[in-house]
Amino acid sequence: MNYQPDRSKYPAKKADGTLDIDLTSGKYLKLWHGPNHPGITGNMSVELTVCGDEVVEGKVHVGYLHRGFEKLMERRSFIQCFPIVCRICVPEPDFNEYCYAAAIEELSGVVVPERAHWIRTMILEMGRINSYLMYLGGQAGALGQGVIGQWTTYVRDLMLDRFEELTGARIYHMFILPGGVRDDLPEGFKDRLEATLKEVDAVLKDVYDVMFKNAVFKRRSIGVGYIDPAWVDEYGITGPNARAAGVAKDVRKDQPYLVYDQLDFEPVVDHGSDIYTRADVRRRDVAMSVDLLRQILAKMPNEGPVMAKLPNVLHWQIPRGETYIRGECSRGEYGFYLVTDGSRFPRRVNVRGPSYTHAMTLLERMIVNTNISDIAALMVSLHTYPPEIER
Amino acid sequence: MKEELEKRVVKGPDGFEFTVEPLQDYYCAEAPRAHLPVYSKIVEGLFNWARAESIWILGFGTGCGAIEMRPLMTPRFDAYRFGIQWRPTPRQANLLMISGYLSTKTLKRAIRAYEQMQSPKYVVGLGSCTINGGMYWDSYNTIKKLDDYMPVDLFIAGCMPRPEALLAGFNDLKKIIKADKAEGANKYAENFDWYKANQKSVIKDWDMPDYNW
Amino acid sequence: MHKLYENLGKIIPLGEMTLQRANLAFITLDRRYLRSALHHLRDVEGYSHLVLLTAVDWLEEDVFQLTYLLSNRTADMDVGLRVMLPRENASMDSIHDIWPTAATYQRELREMFGIDFPGSPRVNEEFILEGWQEIPPYRRDFDTKKYSEENFAHREGRVTKDPASHMKELLYPDRGQ
Repeated sequence: MNYQPDRSKYPAKKADGTLDIDLTSGKYLKLWHGPNHPGITGNMSVELTVCGDEVVEGKVHVGYLHRGFEKLMERRSFIQCFPIVCRICVPEPDFNEYCYAAAIEELSGVVVPERAHWIRTMILEMGRINSYLMYLGGQAGALGQGVIGQWTTYVRDLMLDRFEELTGARIYHMFILPGGVRDDLPEGFKDRLEATLKEVDAVLKDVYDVMFKNAVFKRRSIGVGYIDPAWVDEYGITGPNARAAGVAKDVRKDQPYLVYDQLDFEPVVDHGSDIYTRADVRRRDVAMSVDLLRQILAKMPNEGPVMAKLPNVLHWQIPRGETYIRGECSRGEYGFYLVTDGSRFPRRVNVRGPSYTHAMTLLERMIVNTNISDIAALMVSLHTYPPEIER
Repeated sequence: MKEELEKRVVKGPDGFEFTVEPLQDYYCAEAPRAHLPVYSKIVEGLFNWARAESIWILGFGTGCGAIEMRPLMTPRFDAYRFGIQWRPTPRQANLLMISGYLSTKTLKRAIRAYEQMQSPKYVVGLGSCTINGGMYWDSYNTIKKLDDYMPVDLFIAGCMPRPEALLAGFNDLKKIIKADKAEGANKYAENFDWYKANQKSVIKDWDMPDYNW
Repeated sequence: MHKLYENLGKIIPLGEMTLQRANLAFITLDRRYLRSALHHLRDVEGYSHLVLLTAVDWLEEDVFQLTYLLSNRTADMDVGLRVMLPRENASMDSIHDIWPTAATYQRELREMFGIDFPGSPRVNEEFILEGWQEIPPYRRDFDTKKYSEENFAHREGRVTKDPASHMKELLYPDRGQ
């Protein structure tokens, strides 16, 4: 980018580090990149102070989707929490169910059968593909290419058809329960899933040709939105945002869970750390997920129980303890911290969503000195989703 | 209240000083009016037909339901063949779709967006959270009954309703509009004080004008 | 894990350790030693990732338990540091200079639990709730159902059943009380 802004208009810093912005001076304008905006992912807002075309300061406002999940779960018994827990993260709901079920199993000592582990991994990978497809549509749309969203949402719909066949619902499945999964795979499911995976392969190739080779997309995204690798630990950056900065951080490889230690894969790492590289890392992640799904379908044991025997769930009491279960969802590290106290209800459930660290302090740091027209692309490239910030 | 909404004295770039009171000066001070049909029945029928066949939705994803609105814009479910489009601003839209639960913070913004829309306008409540609170019935931050705060023309039940259910809901809305029964905007204008009192009882920090036109 | 406990115990006095899994342990310590523990874990032992900072309200024992969860990615180890604070006027030192991302967690704890972190950036601004006038909602003495019934209009006709008694009537209708 050859444009050099006129920094003489920029505010100086006060003694405590905050910027000395005089709103009555006529140099600055306050804009709300607000909740009703096509350029944000979900329902959050950024309060911008701009000087001409460049952003001088940004404050992120969340809380538009707060339902008080952690408080509501303290009022519901362990099994009653399941319909509510999958609604914490809207585009990829199975992760919540998995982390919560695994936390309950660990604290209560329930052993999950082998085939259920494989089915759980399969569901999580399918959910990951869905989330990434929606992201690709959003990223292209933020930079002006609406057609990618149409293609990827269509293929995501085909995947949702597989989910509907397996679990009975398109978006909120409530399929992963403590002890395993609710039901076994239907007849012929593997063939239909393989056909859908071929569609995913085809759309990935089309997306690469149309989006990643497009001159406008490259011009607008290469070099924009830089994340320094030193920030990865300071700001708690996880997932593809960290991997595009060169730090090979993937929970599936570093702290394997479910059956990932039996699968053969390498995390996708790149060094550009701008919007283009993050989109490319996620595109290659989809290809890796498709490959993982094919490995899972090949290696899954053909028979076996899918649900362990549970005590009477309406009167289930779990002894006092606390644990933390993490997983790698499409946006980064997702985790559930569960504390029980021996009663029928959980004592405290804390959900650690990846957007919590990406969309707050990191975004406020990255948004300084960007152009207003790049903000939407920047927010989408961090792949943030507000429901998991404020739960 | 935020400092930029207070009444204050401002010095313009040429040195001239003037008082500004944002909540009064920038907004309409009157209450909304009901727009009753004035033309003959045939002409009103034609207008209602035109309104029903070109419903433009405000693209404000207020809750979970926004995720099932995205497939409607793609060729598989294709809401565009029914004349339904998504528009980014309230001034260009005539249907506000409350997609799922509403926290009180979003309710304030949704009211603002609704009042900025031009009559005739409609509201559709999507999902069971707008009907009776859904599964967040005991939450301290979500509203339980949408038609206390906004006049709702149609509720679509489900959690989430499928895109086909949404299309069936749009079809029902069209029938209501063509039968001249979609009187949400007029009802809002006639019972304005009752709606405003309900809204102010849940939104504790009211820093907007009463009518955001 | 025990080796970590020994190494840390040489620098500061520690409370009990709960070994939850082979790679997850929770160590209780006093609030005065938290910052030196964090520095030791981050700089010497390699626990460079702050996973979360949250609080648990033990109303019966009249304490807040703050949990600082740190993770060593390369060695696949997690350690949770537990700090007990009294519930009256709870406040704790801020760690936003060690990890800048802790500022967000501290803002949430200030709003939801009422635990103050003096010096943390923007800690007194409203974060998630707007215009909230009651006690911080995640405390155990805040009754969310009562608040919801009093402040929001509910639609009539909603029927709620206790699942245990409902299933009993459904499956065993002829058994008496």
